[in-house]
Amino acid sequence: MSLTLSIEEVAARVRSRAISPVELVHGCLDRIESRLELNAFITVMADSAVSAAEAAEREIAAGHYRGPLHGIPISVKDLVDVAGTPTTSGSAVAPRLPAEDAPIVARLRDAGAIIIGKTNLHEFAFGTTSEESAFGPVHHPKDPSRSPGGSSGGAAVALIEGMCFGSVGTDTGGSIRIPSAVCGTVGLKPTYAELPCDGIVPLSTTLDHVGPMARSVADVALMFEAMSGQSHPLRVVGQERQYIFGVPEPYFCDRLHPEVRLALDRTRHALVAAGHEVRRVVIEHAARTADVYLHIVLPEASWYHAPMLSSDPDRYSPGVRVRLEMGRYVLAEDYVRAMHLRNVLRLAVNEAMQNCDVLLLPAQPIPAPELGATTVEVDGSREPVRAAMLRLTQLFNITGHPAIALPAGTTNDGWPVGIQLVGQSGTTSQLVQVAATVERYSTGGDGSVGGGTG
Amino acid sequence: MTIEDWLKAACEDAERRGLPELKPLLEGLARSLAGLREADRLIDRGYGKS
Repeated sequence: MSLTLSIEEVAARVRSRAISPVELVHGCLDRIESRLELNAFITVMADSAVSAAEAAEREIAAGHYRGPLHGIPISVKDLVDVAGTPTTSGSAVAPRLPAEDAPIVARLRDAGAIIIGKTNLHEFAFGTTSEESAFGPVHHPKDPSRSPGGSSGGAAVALIEGMCFGSVGTDTGGSIRIPSAVCGTVGLKPTYAELPCDGIVPLSTTLDHVGPMARSVADVALMFEAMSGQSHPLRVVGQERQYIFGVPEPYFCDRLHPEVRLALDRTRHALVAAGHEVRRVVIEHAARTADVYLHIVLPEASWYHAPMLSSDPDRYSPGVRVRLEMGRYVLAEDYVRAMHLRNVLRLAVNEAMQNCDVLLLPAQPIPAPELGATTVEVDGSREPVRAAMLRLTQLFNITGHPAIALPAGTTNDGWPVGIQLVGQSGTTSQLVQVAATVERYSTGGDGSVGGGTG
Repeated sequence: MTIEDWLKAACEDAERRGLPELKPLLEGLARSLAGLREADRLIDRGYGKS
């Protein structure tokens, strides 16, 4: 039994009863147990997962097959409530003890998914490397001295290590797309507010998104539909129509690791060779993205954490604590300035997309950074790791446009590189369809441009 | 409040609260604030309201 099959592939075997959900759960639990040193999970729900798998097996045997997620082990970022397990947020601050599932977890369970455990993360989702966690840093499976990205780092590691078949992540500045790019998986941030964030510990209420992570675009689509509460699954086929891709070159392509630039160029050329059009576009004022983001995320995060910062400041990781404290100094008028400029940026993205179907850009400017590094060299100059890792993703949290990260091969040293597609607001399902087409050209299918060829 | 006045007050408050490690971060935030206010000044305010 391969634990790295796609959900699509394994679901067919579960439905035909060639594979039992109980076998799948035990297989995933064995994988978790065999790589505990990666710190991918905070809570492993072995007993309840086995019970749920036994129930799924009985249901399927009785002819009550619920759909492609029935009997499939899924992990949930430990920022999201799962009834009966603590929601630690990766922190030593007192956890939430939810009696109910978050709505997106309840919907996944309704679709038959089995919750295998809660994954590790950058504390309170306030970081991009998953190294500041009260449960230890998450390590990249390829080299434990490197970060898997974050904040949903445990989720991405669980996927590439076969510890689950899909993961629930959250994304406030890129926390689904960053680890997806760094680990070579697929991660979808839907349109803002498309999926409910109830039952999820907030980082920044106007920037927070929840979404699926998986090993293929089709699997992300299956999860997205279940998390949306849709009853008629979309079949992702990678349609044959010709798309127009807009590459926002200024700002987004200014400073890239050379092999990231190469991966983008390869994808671009493969798409053109396949008959699609790729054109250069400009997002006005994009250079202001980080300034706007900071003046929204900092005070919004401080709002939620103010009581705990007063009562239990020493329970936070030092780096997370000081970032939360910073937000307490942002003036109300500057928050309003940022919210005004947010609208300017939203309109600028809409304008840039006027004559194209989706935007195409890298998901990360760099491959996996070293754990503990505070700065990183990007294209000949050094910058803070956090700023570099947020640079290409955070704009679409500000504007709310849907965005998906997918693999685009590897560097010569084998480090995954990811690209990002951004859709029109409210068109997440269409974005996923386009991603299914691009996946064929970016990750080793027909007209492959991936595979670490440098 | 000017950025200089804001930074001075924020650093003094952080010091008073026993958080001197905030000072370099606040200085970085001050640079970002300058960018934010400059953008707010230059970009047509009506654009964002259309």
